[in-house]
Amino acid sequence: MTTSDFYSPSRETTEGRIYNVSGGDWDTVLGNDPLHEERLIVNMGPQHPSTHGVLRLVLELEGETVTDARVVVGYLHTGIEKNAEFRTWTQGSTFVTRCDYLSPLFNETSYSMAVEKLLGITVPDRANLIRVMMMEINRISSHWVWLATGGMELGALTAMTNGFRARERCLDILEMITGLRMNHAYVRPGGLAQDLPEGTLLKVRDWIKAMDTEIAGVDRLLRGQPIWINRLKGVGWIGVEGCLALGVTGPLLRSAGLPWDLRKTEPYLGYETYDFDVPTDDGGDCWSRFVVRVAEMRESLRIISQVVDRIEQTPGRVMVDDPKIAWPAQLSIGSDGMGNSPAHVNKIMNGSMEALIHHFKLVTEGFRVPAGQVYVPVEGPRGELGAHVVSDGGTRPYRVHLRDPSFVNLQAVAAMSIGGLIADVIASVASIDPVMGGCDR
Amino acid sequence: MSTGPGFDPELGLAQTSGSLPDGRQRPGMFGVTGTGDTSGFSGLQREPWVELPAERPYGGYFDDVMDAFAEAYPEYEAAIEKVTLHRGELTVHLHREHVARVCQVFRDDPALRFELLSSVHGVDYLAREGADGPRLHAVYQLTSMTFRRRIRLEVGVSTADPHIPSVTAVYPTADWQEREAWDLFGIVFDGHPALTRIMMPDDWDGHPQRKDYPLGGVPVDYKGATIPPPDERRAYR
Repeated sequence: MTTSDFYSPSRETTEGRIYNVSGGDWDTVLGNDPLHEERLIVNMGPQHPSTHGVLRLVLELEGETVTDARVVVGYLHTGIEKNAEFRTWTQGSTFVTRCDYLSPLFNETSYSMAVEKLLGITVPDRANLIRVMMMEINRISSHWVWLATGGMELGALTAMTNGFRARERCLDILEMITGLRMNHAYVRPGGLAQDLPEGTLLKVRDWIKAMDTEIAGVDRLLRGQPIWINRLKGVGWIGVEGCLALGVTGPLLRSAGLPWDLRKTEPYLGYETYDFDVPTDDGGDCWSRFVVRVAEMRESLRIISQVVDRIEQTPGRVMVDDPKIAWPAQLSIGSDGMGNSPAHVNKIMNGSMEALIHHFKLVTEGFRVPAGQVYVPVEGPRGELGAHVVSDGGTRPYRVHLRDPSFVNLQAVAAMSIGGLIADVIASVASIDPVMGGCDR
Repeated sequence: MSTGPGFDPELGLAQTSGSLPDGRQRPGMFGVTGTGDTSGFSGLQREPWVELPAERPYGGYFDDVMDAFAEAYPEYEAAIEKVTLHRGELTVHLHREHVARVCQVFRDDPALRFELLSSVHGVDYLAREGADGPRLHAVYQLTSMTFRRRIRLEVGVSTADPHIPSVTAVYPTADWQEREAWDLFGIVFDGHPALTRIMMPDDWDGHPQRKDYPLGGVPVDYKGATIPPPDERRAYR
């Protein structure tokens, strides 16, 4: 294994070898290379419309062929994991939801499931069913953004307009249920922030029909489109071995042929009881990823139509029936928006001093979680999304780490692009569907 | 069995599996101990706790995994510091010099086949430094796709000598994740191809996710009052 690096001179310090990646003199880098004049280093990003947010690619080109590729991340590092250590367990939900902002409900659910595992509590069935429904709606909305941004980057602007239009319909449903389009903080340790508002399931059923049409429309628009096919087929290939070595999971792994989906292989939240398939393809290229993701959206619709029936038949609480953990306030929609229900406010302000104390203590101080550590993975839209949560027995998380699939999958960019054309780099990055908020956290 | 301060046998908290972490068991709803002052003005306190070693049988597939590991790795006894079991998850605490070779065995042995390294990241157990072992921990989440198993490896090092062999040669996916652990925790992975910062700027000073690194908030003025940054606010014990 080499410890010297072409682009990053290093020096020994007391803390070990320190590398400096600020660059250097091109003459020392290129030396007497006869291809000096042919070789071009292109710095793509971090502010580049085709790099999916603040992703920076340093590409070494010979003509239009990429001979070396480096991916630089970290421009969106927001210290979410560190910040979460200074808030209560319930507030942790509002932090993790902002990591991968296109799959907020997955972040919340994996975090909440980890906290519940540490607490050793079981969440009511209704809450779990709603979590499944919300995650699958979220998966579809996330895949719409992938299609919209990926299509835009490859020049398919109708895919973009249609994709964002369809995503907006998903967000309408999420907004109706949680009150927010993104960053919901809806799934919380112990259950959900609130039950579904009246008439939700009716709207979800209508939405399923609308989504079916939208998916079919985009499928018809793109599947036979010659430019779309030529831009994607045989581009950005990575096989199963490459995926496993680089830790790549999710649609990328399934498009290479391995049907690895945590919903099937390590079922959680009762996914084993739903009737759905894990779409795979054997191409391992951008085209296969398109095929797999579109098929996945259809499978998610299948799950949602099943779970909607079950939610209807499963009345009950959406928060654990444990007053030491459950959030005391009952949220409701009033004339001035969503807030604590007037009945609850009346009770704690006028009726019961104990209830007021209880409310105050649980909201300001929070509950305690027994010491220990757990790792809970869920199948996010981009792959394995795991929450490693450590508790020291206090009212705040000791450590929260999110294993974000965007971060891990982006390591495959070099393997996908080196040797290809620079235009194909765009297709490859788009097919990974990275979300920098999740990558950098 | 746990006999840490505040341990209350009536609650039976530490008697469920024998593998609950030692240290604080806080009885009662709001953790009232001593004077009963939970006003929070005592500041943010982090008390040490360590996980108790688990005894065989671990249950489930864990015994099979550990048997196969013992058979495949000749230095089994010397490599393992302790094995802990908590909430149905097995953690193998390793001595650091073994971690890369152990990963190789875990990946390649036909009875183990942990093909996927799901995650590598750091945890800083600040209060443990000294008596309770090293402070900086690298956590490896291994996944076996063949057998659908998961296991966790953990390696502890001190800040004075934060060196751990890199596993990038076994699992290339560890590349960025080890860089992140170096960047945010200052764990040095020997043999990593280019251990540079990845989240923070290249010229950043310090390792921000260490527990003794301040959060760095600023006080906020609100209607004439000043609200201190989160890590300086009053905190509940």
